[in-house]
Amino acid sequence: MNRSISTENSDLARRELNGTGVAERPITVMRPPGTRLGIDWSEIWRYRELLYFLAVRDIKVRYKQTAIGVAWAVLQPVVSTVILSVLFSAFARFDTRAVPYPVFALAGLLIWLFCHSSITMSSNSFIGNTNLVTKVYFPRLIMPAAATLACVLDLLIGAVILAGVMLYYGTDLTWQLAAAPVFFLLAFILAAAVGTLFSALNVRYRDVQFALPFILQIWMLASPVFYPTTLLPEKWRAIFALNPLTGILEGFRSSLFGTVFEWKLIAISCVSLLFLTAVSLLIFRKMEDDFADMI
Amino acid sequence: MNVITVNSLSKRYFLGDKPANSLRDTIAGMVNFSASKRRRTELWALRDVDFTVRDGETLGIIGRNGAGKSTLLKILSRITKPTHGTAEIRGRVGSLLEIGTGFHSELTGRENVYMNGAVLGMRRPEIKRKFDEIVAFSEVEKFLDTPVKHYSSGMYMRLAFAVAAHLEPEILIVDEVLAVGDAEFQRKCLGKMGEVTKEGRTVIFVSHQMGSVAQLCQRSLLLDKGSLAMEGPSPAVIERYINYGKEKNAAYTADAAAMEREVYVRSAAVTDAGGRECDAFRHDEAMSIKAECGVNHLLRGTELRMVIRDRRGITVFTADAELGALSDKTETFAAEFGIPANFLRPNSYSVTLALFVPHQHIFELLEDVAFFSVFDGGTKYAQSEGMDYGVVFSPCTTSVRPID
Repeated sequence: MNRSISTENSDLARRELNGTGVAERPITVMRPPGTRLGIDWSEIWRYRELLYFLAVRDIKVRYKQTAIGVAWAVLQPVVSTVILSVLFSAFARFDTRAVPYPVFALAGLLIWLFCHSSITMSSNSFIGNTNLVTKVYFPRLIMPAAATLACVLDLLIGAVILAGVMLYYGTDLTWQLAAAPVFFLLAFILAAAVGTLFSALNVRYRDVQFALPFILQIWMLASPVFYPTTLLPEKWRAIFALNPLTGILEGFRSSLFGTVFEWKLIAISCVSLLFLTAVSLLIFRKMEDDFADMI
Repeated sequence: MNVITVNSLSKRYFLGDKPANSLRDTIAGMVNFSASKRRRTELWALRDVDFTVRDGETLGIIGRNGAGKSTLLKILSRITKPTHGTAEIRGRVGSLLEIGTGFHSELTGRENVYMNGAVLGMRRPEIKRKFDEIVAFSEVEKFLDTPVKHYSSGMYMRLAFAVAAHLEPEILIVDEVLAVGDAEFQRKCLGKMGEVTKEGRTVIFVSHQMGSVAQLCQRSLLLDKGSLAMEGPSPAVIERYINYGKEKNAAYTADAAAMEREVYVRSAAVTDAGGRECDAFRHDEAMSIKAECGVNHLLRGTELRMVIRDRRGITVFTADAELGALSDKTETFAAEFGIPANFLRPNSYSVTLALFVPHQHIFELLEDVAFFSVFDGGTKYAQSEGMDYGVVFSPCTTSVRPID
């Protein structure tokens, strides 16, 4: 009798201590894989601070370990632009309309280098953080997302350089500039989707780390990074736009330089991007349950 | 109220080849049918495990290496998924599977506290609120803004444990973390664990240190080869675990080549007071090392020597048996070395046997021929198990008297 009373009391005290009663606590059920296929976005939202800390950690570590630090973020697009400008004004000349070639190339490189570095980073995000994956639980999607997020800083630094270069060349700005962030966002989604896909594939197939640089190189050549889409015959452009990067680069340049938006290309690229994102998430979702056992 | 309900939980792993770790293998597997049907050895790390944990309970999980303890914890902390069955958990789970996860050597102590807190599921306001407490517990105030790569391993450990210990989950999973750090720190950790238990939080504690399990947990589970072998009050479960060793052979048998020697050890075994072969003892149990030897040609002055070493390889003692009592006609003889109760401290030990004539000839030298361990059956030292109290219990007499 006494005993039951004291248990009740301690139960009460406990309830006060913890704030909530046992019955009201959230229930988590661990089941065999494959029983649920959706992505729990609310859970990812709950883990947003981890996403932030991981991204900040990536940035801090990256710049602490390098000798010239943030200068890399400046050096990379600038040097690439100079090389491309020298190359293509001396040998082949692209018709970039009224836009000076260095500005044209830098705009393309800005988006491309962001995609390149964030995809490379996220593809290694699990392999480089094995102990996190095998020791604690968190929504796995956070990992490639944080790697992509960490590259946004470089993108912003690049944007400042681009603004400077545009000022130097006296590029006329139009109201269309307001659309530029939209294309940044699309580029972010693209980089995150491809990065997510490769991060999962890399856990299972270590060949990915050798294939990826090669794939990225081909992808760059197949995208209008340093040449205009107008280089291609009209009828091929729609197929060309199946590459989401085509529409993003086209749209981004149009918003910067005030040229007419090629809506058809942009729309095709958006649909293709949507499809790619869905497939990436699906594959990721299928594979993530085995990460801890496979890595 | 149950906060954890585990229902026929099973986990299967495939040994040998991982399921195609390179793209080439997968492609080869698709093309070549036989390659994909390569036999894989399956291993059930857990098989149909059922149990429940009540709110506020401290549950111990014990078992040998490979018994499935870690797999169980991994499923409970959501790191991996079960193959069959379910585990239902009510409330936030915090696991100390390995402290310091998410620590990055380039980041400072302060940055790592925030990072690690986030990894363990703490919110920023929560970390901020507890920051001073964490720092005080870890005793690394002065180095907070130094990258942890410059920390000593002790400092690193302390900071990592401090963060983990201040996580306030409703269910805490602890796996052997107490085995690290210096003695002073271990005492602190055990104290913190005790505190958590008293606060009414549910704790799952996995350890090889029976003394700690006995102290902290009212109830324990014994896992063996992935199955639940026993469930009940900790002392009984621990007793059963220790007795597991008694069913095993802690013995040596000579091969044909050894029998060619002039004198040789035919068999050797560690036994308990009842003469049963055994490799685990309570500290207050007597034990014997028994050796049966064969003789082909006995030289005068031959001795049988036994050396006991602890797991660090430190020799605890040496005992010699004179063979003078044997006649020339003896073909086999049995020797027994008795080790009294309350002599060896809880630790693992190895037995080395040698047959030799001092300064002349060694006939047989069997290094680490048998192993056994001594468990703490409830001494006052159990509180800080793992601390170095020496290798043997002290026979030293003490007297205290006031001086006028």
